[in-house]
Amino acid sequence: MKKYKVKYDRSAYLLVLPYIIFFLMFVAYPLVFSLVLVFHRWDIVTPMQWVGLKNFERLINDPLFFKSIINTLTFLLIHIPLQITVALGFALLLNSKIKFRPVFRTIYFLPVVVSGVVVTILWQQLYSFDSGLLNKLLMVFGIPRIPWIVSPEMAMPSVAIMATWKNVGIYIIMFLVGLQNISAELYESSNMDGASRVQQFFSITLPLLNPTIVVVLVLSTIGGFSLFIEPYVLTGGGPMQSTLSAVLYIYNQAFYFNHMGYAATLGFIFAIVIFAVIMIQKKAVEMDPTV
Amino acid sequence: MKQIIKYSLLILGAVIFAYPFLWMFAASLKPEIEIGGFSLWSSNFSFKNYEQVFARIPIARAFFNSVLVSSITTLSVVVFGSMIGYALARLNFRGRNALYYLILFTMMIPFQITLIPQYVLMVKLGITDSYLALIAPTMISTLGIVMFRQFFMSIPQALIDAARIDGCSDFKIIFAVIWPLSRPVVITVAILSFMASWNEVLWPIIVVRERTLMTLPQIVTLFTIGGQAEALLGLQLAAATLLALPIIIAYSFFQRYFIDSMVSSGVKG
Repeated sequence: MKKYKVKYDRSAYLLVLPYIIFFLMFVAYPLVFSLVLVFHRWDIVTPMQWVGLKNFERLINDPLFFKSIINTLTFLLIHIPLQITVALGFALLLNSKIKFRPVFRTIYFLPVVVSGVVVTILWQQLYSFDSGLLNKLLMVFGIPRIPWIVSPEMAMPSVAIMATWKNVGIYIIMFLVGLQNISAELYESSNMDGASRVQQFFSITLPLLNPTIVVVLVLSTIGGFSLFIEPYVLTGGGPMQSTLSAVLYIYNQAFYFNHMGYAATLGFIFAIVIFAVIMIQKKAVEMDPTV
Repeated sequence: MKQIIKYSLLILGAVIFAYPFLWMFAASLKPEIEIGGFSLWSSNFSFKNYEQVFARIPIARAFFNSVLVSSITTLSVVVFGSMIGYALARLNFRGRNALYYLILFTMMIPFQITLIPQYVLMVKLGITDSYLALIAPTMISTLGIVMFRQFFMSIPQALIDAARIDGCSDFKIIFAVIWPLSRPVVITVAILSFMASWNEVLWPIIVVRERTLMTLPQIVTLFTIGGQAEALLGLQLAAATLLALPIIIAYSFFQRYFIDSMVSSGVKG
């Protein structure tokens, strides 16, 4: 028996070898090289130039860096509450006694599987000020047209609404699974105690869905900091840089201006900001007894 | 009464999520002047917009590129993921736990930090503008490894022992003994990997500038924002439909698998 094990142990190294190679090339090397890049100026053609902490100095004085973080936080502030409300609403509807549940579920999930490029091209038309379907719909009801993506104030909220439409299907299903896991006995016993439906929702349903809410928070935050194709196609980061996202800014610095060193510095700092935001969220959710 | 409100809301939701796609499909068949309307039907339906798209960009080639890149990526993620997941789940070797923690650590690194250095690596290896550059960085998925590991831990040890006594190699055990019992996890990882690869835009835009090597989402993106569509909505929507259709068709056949895969990856990721 023991002899057998020793024999098989060795082959394990062969099996995990691809991962070791992959890790060295696409994780370890980039991480180490990112630490080299942040201290250099480099246009990828001429030799690298050591600049010490200049890239960080520049970053602290770069209004666009702060703008891109504020833009992302604006996105999250609208996207997360909207996503949780809409997902929970539809999950509650789907969880009640209804027919055709699988049909509705399939339709709600459709935007999730389709490429962000398709969704963005589609919404560019919907959001168009003069000929967009959304403004035409508003005018049918006598509501004034909204400058969805042409005004700096509305552009990021519009991106957040579009992202919610695309992603909410996943969270509808997650909340639905969460609701189905809540034991019916909890509701029955609280019925006997005379609790109202609203009380039940806040004291039973919501606390037990806490894990799903944490997932929404974390994934939406990562998604917000990963925004690229939506602003790239929809607005190009405008108007007035109002939809300039973190990744779009890295991309512009690296591939429009050939500032590889500064782009790497941005990436490095954004990674730290992402960790910080997620940590703060986790703390907040754990402390708040109502969520 | 309550039922009526419920169904109205559910149907309203269905309209909100499905109508835009139906509209896009219809609009891509309409002449440019009719596109602004809500109608899903026109007596002037034609494939003119599609003909124009095919004439202006090498979209058939891009479709081929995307199928090739996504297929190889998916195959690689599933095969390597199974090997590594099996080693982590069923074999004893020194450094196993350390390796597992390393994989979990890798999952937590935001791509923003590695994006530029990975591009630099492609430049240094001289492989920008190649299929290899499109495929290599996604050949292994850490999420895939973790999912395989978890599933393989539930395979009965007796089965593996029996195969060993018959003289099976580890490869034969993984692909001939364990795989037939692991269809759900193989399908889940394959769908996630194929979808991610099919829909990826940022990485192709960075490493490929040569038109004949562009992937489908990449060429559709550049067609839309570059001047080539000449702001003609019909052409843009036709290109978008061509990009959406394959995945919508796949989804209509395997909805359950798609939904379960995406939801489980969200929970575990």
